[in-house]
Amino acid sequence: MNGGAAALVEEIFRREAGRVLATLIRLLGDFDLAEEVQQEAFAAALEQWPSSGTPDNPRAWLISTGRNKAIDRIRRDILFRTKISGEISVTESDVDAALDAADEEIFGDDRLRLIFTCCHPALGTEAHIALTLREVCGLSTQAVARAFLVSEDTMAQRLVRAKKKIRDAGIPYETPDPSVLEQRIEGVLAVVYGVFTEGYAATVGTQLIDVELCKEAIRLGRLLDTLLPNHAGVMGLLALMLLHDARRTSRTSDSGDVVLLENQDRSQWDRHEISEGLSLVDSSLSIRGQVSSYAVQAAIAALHVRAEDSGATDWPQIVGLYEVLLRLQPTPVVELNHAVAVSMVDGPARALDLIDSLAARGRVTQYHLLHAARGRLLQKLGRLDEAREAYTAALSTTMLEPERRFLAARIASIQGICETPPVSG
Amino acid sequence: MNYLLLIYTNEAEFMALGETALQKLSGEYMDFTKSIVQAGNFKAGDRLKPVSSASTVRVRNGKTTITDGPFAETREQLGGYYLIEAKNLDEATAIAARIPGARWGSIEVRPVWPPVT
Repeated sequence: MNGGAAALVEEIFRREAGRVLATLIRLLGDFDLAEEVQQEAFAAALEQWPSSGTPDNPRAWLISTGRNKAIDRIRRDILFRTKISGEISVTESDVDAALDAADEEIFGDDRLRLIFTCCHPALGTEAHIALTLREVCGLSTQAVARAFLVSEDTMAQRLVRAKKKIRDAGIPYETPDPSVLEQRIEGVLAVVYGVFTEGYAATVGTQLIDVELCKEAIRLGRLLDTLLPNHAGVMGLLALMLLHDARRTSRTSDSGDVVLLENQDRSQWDRHEISEGLSLVDSSLSIRGQVSSYAVQAAIAALHVRAEDSGATDWPQIVGLYEVLLRLQPTPVVELNHAVAVSMVDGPARALDLIDSLAARGRVTQYHLLHAARGRLLQKLGRLDEAREAYTAALSTTMLEPERRFLAARIASIQGICETPPVSG
Repeated sequence: MNYLLLIYTNEAEFMALGETALQKLSGEYMDFTKSIVQAGNFKAGDRLKPVSSASTVRVRNGKTTITDGPFAETREQLGGYYLIEAKNLDEATAIAARIPGARWGSIEVRPVWPPVT
């Protein structure tokens, strides 16, 4: 085997796998069959291209080979069990039409169909994320399992169940009807952001950041931005992810400890991602009549990254944006963040009132960030006993190791046990 | 594909409806049924008598037992159904969303196996 040719097939695989699979699923109407023949087509490429040379249009070759393999299988099956004839009706003309129109637009449509199918509301949230990573991003079952800290068997079963539901329930492989399109796009954005946040702050375990998931989510965001151009929500979400991701490396110290925004080394921030994010926020917010909550969150993140240092942050404008966000998304998490921003403008006492009112309404009690924020405000007000109690409550509700160390250091600093200030500030 | 749309609503609330409300509701159901007949989706559909009229049959070791009603102490009870033909799940759920009972009860959408040939 020629090593160079193998590397070329590998590279083409990475670039084309998603498009080839999406089109095969449409042509064959069956996820499993499409996945199997896609793999067979790539195996055939690995075998034939080194001697016969790479075809002019590798994508068309792969789709056509995959389709032929599927037809062979169907013929074989028909020989054995005549009853499944008619289940799959791939005609030569279907395939030819797909190959003739081998332009980005048609392939783009197939990928968009695939995304909508994987994120269909009739499937559960876990299935959405697993299917999207497996089928759209092309991650291996093993890689998806690792990202969700479950065994490969468990993940394989989850994927099998989801694909069975798609087939049995008749979940369509198409772009939704215009009457429900916006609602369904919102669902897709929630899945993509779910992948990102899962990667950005894993909820259990020792690893604070799972870089691969963040990268996949951003790739998905870019893909959606190409497939659904000038959509306020898509641009807002992509901007939000880029602006968060730009700060990724500075969020933890070399020893894996949490570094608060105000103490982060701003020279480590990714300027390229920031400038792309900033321009997307502007584009998203300039679309009239469509205010996306993702764009508002991105605008808040933009104000943080635009400041030369933490002292130069435009907190009054951040408070204003949180008020806009509260109208779009009146959730306890947004209320909490709003209160923290208020503390930077009106001082800790007023913010503490807001947080206590939020806690009194009983909507969040197990939420460790609420206790941590209370602790911080109480500490600033010099109410140290209450601050320690709040930090202790926060410590008892988080499972993430770096955050636990951070909170323990806070408690120790109040108790005066710690001689030197904690590294994480 | 055929889908069975199972209509679950609170029977007690339904029984408590006044004469005018009942008439209005029955009109809404007639309009809905007419619309899916015209669109070619309708295969069958019926309203069921209350759960209090139900009997449950079981055969164990060749012996048949008949008991009064299902016991299920659920908040909502099966009150009726439609059997429809739809292009896919999206069309089926869009039709289900137009069933009057969907506004206060819930509609379970179940794909039906094609008959074995």
